[in-house]
Amino acid sequence: MARYDRAITVFSPDGHLFQVEYALEAVRKGNAAVGVRGTDTIVLGVEKKSTVKLQDSRSVRKIVTLDDHIALACAGLKADARVLINRARIECQSHRLTVEDPVTVEYITRYIAGLQQKYTQSGGVRPFGLSTLIVGFDPYTGVPALYQTDPSGTFSAWKANATGRNSNSMREFLEKNYKETSGQETVKLAIRALLEVVESGGKNIEVGVMTKEGLKQLEEDEIDTIVAEIEAEKAAAEAAKKAPSKQT
Amino acid sequence: MKLNFSGLESSAPLYGGSNELLCDGFSAAPSFDLPVTSDFDGFQKNSIQMVKPAKGTTTLAFIFKEGVMVAADSRASMGGYISSQSVKKIIEINPYMLGTMAGGAADCQFWHRNLGIKCRLHELANKRRISVTGASKLLANILYSYRGMGLSVGTMIAGWDEKGPGLYYVDSEGGRLKGTKFSVGSGSPYAYGVLDSGYKYDLTVDEAAELARRAIYHATFRDGASGGVASVYHVGPNGWTKLSGDDVGELHYSYYPVEPAVVEQEMTEAVAA
Repeated sequence: MARYDRAITVFSPDGHLFQVEYALEAVRKGNAAVGVRGTDTIVLGVEKKSTVKLQDSRSVRKIVTLDDHIALACAGLKADARVLINRARIECQSHRLTVEDPVTVEYITRYIAGLQQKYTQSGGVRPFGLSTLIVGFDPYTGVPALYQTDPSGTFSAWKANATGRNSNSMREFLEKNYKETSGQETVKLAIRALLEVVESGGKNIEVGVMTKEGLKQLEEDEIDTIVAEIEAEKAAAEAAKKAPSKQT
Repeated sequence: MKLNFSGLESSAPLYGGSNELLCDGFSAAPSFDLPVTSDFDGFQKNSIQMVKPAKGTTTLAFIFKEGVMVAADSRASMGGYISSQSVKKIIEINPYMLGTMAGGAADCQFWHRNLGIKCRLHELANKRRISVTGASKLLANILYSYRGMGLSVGTMIAGWDEKGPGLYYVDSEGGRLKGTKFSVGSGSPYAYGVLDSGYKYDLTVDEAAELARRAIYHATFRDGASGGVASVYHVGPNGWTKLSGDDVGELHYSYYPVEPAVVEQEMTEAVAA
């Protein structure tokens, strides 16, 4: 098997592309990221590793805009992300120029996925080591959308998804607790999913809320308030569970 | 959809090499070695004049309450010789978009078909129809990249998309204009006269068709390079339909029927002596 992971343009005898699978490993080591789609809001949440004291945290934005109505969060190699995001931003503007219309979320996801696939079938290059979560509203129909791409170049739409570190636990949580939400409820659901795997607190998570008006990045204290609300709700639920059993 | 800047280099393609980064993955427009002359503009002008058949035609299109009305004549002329009286100057790009032909017939036909292909590919890739804005922009960008190479196209793209009726004028100089009323060709001044005086936004389909027909008829009456059959098409929310195709000679006599002359004296056979 070792012979088949040097040049990525070759398959292994049992049909694997090892470089792509190794790239997925890199994603699994990246920071946790979650996306939840509501009826009028889509929320992206990303884990922030505890801020290094001297670093200016404002220069490390993990949720970025690709255009006025599209935002992206990713897990994996951040340098690869920067390159991919730049290409996607250019494509968004190029599309506006050639057809005088903003891109749809599906179009730009297809473009990013296509780019990621190209690097799995070219000589001398390695795949991008990141999975992305792309959110936005369709500029014509106003329908919210959440898409995910991965290093192999596949993409699909999701109601809620997670990627990066401990994504399986987050996804399990979302599968159990997902329901159609809107507004603040969607934000809470996303943060609750993230809190499953991340230490509690506003300084450890970055949250972006996409509405028809655009992307709003929540401030640390806003996140702290919501986290406090969530903890209170959790405590109340625990208490309610304990109370009936006392009566038996 | 990468931006294609190779058209900007058309005046100096002698050096060949285009920017690798920009043309990456996108087929560059062709260029050929141009002769070195002292008066390049004059040379370009003359070569275009030589290649371009006279834009002997009348085409028009206008937007009104019920959609877009498109009309054209059907004469092709080469100088003083009428080469055909039955040219299809309204090209069906797809069931909801029409293009008109003025200038080089081959150029218009080919590039409209090419546009039709691109529109269909857009539909398949994006699961939605392309807008008239987008289609006209695709055509304008292609024509711009061939600027200076002798293409002769003066076309109007008319269609109905999600934003309603759309009408754009696109030409081989790379120009693209959005508008509600256009007429293109040697007969256009005459057509504009009739169109401008009779136009109202609130016309019915029949009234608008009659206005378009009359405008083409009047243009063919005065312009020698226009004639044949006046075709009228309507583009509505469900696509285009051909409303009529009338020979302009017959239209003349229906608008201006011959008055039976009053006979003063009638000749009779002389009675055989």
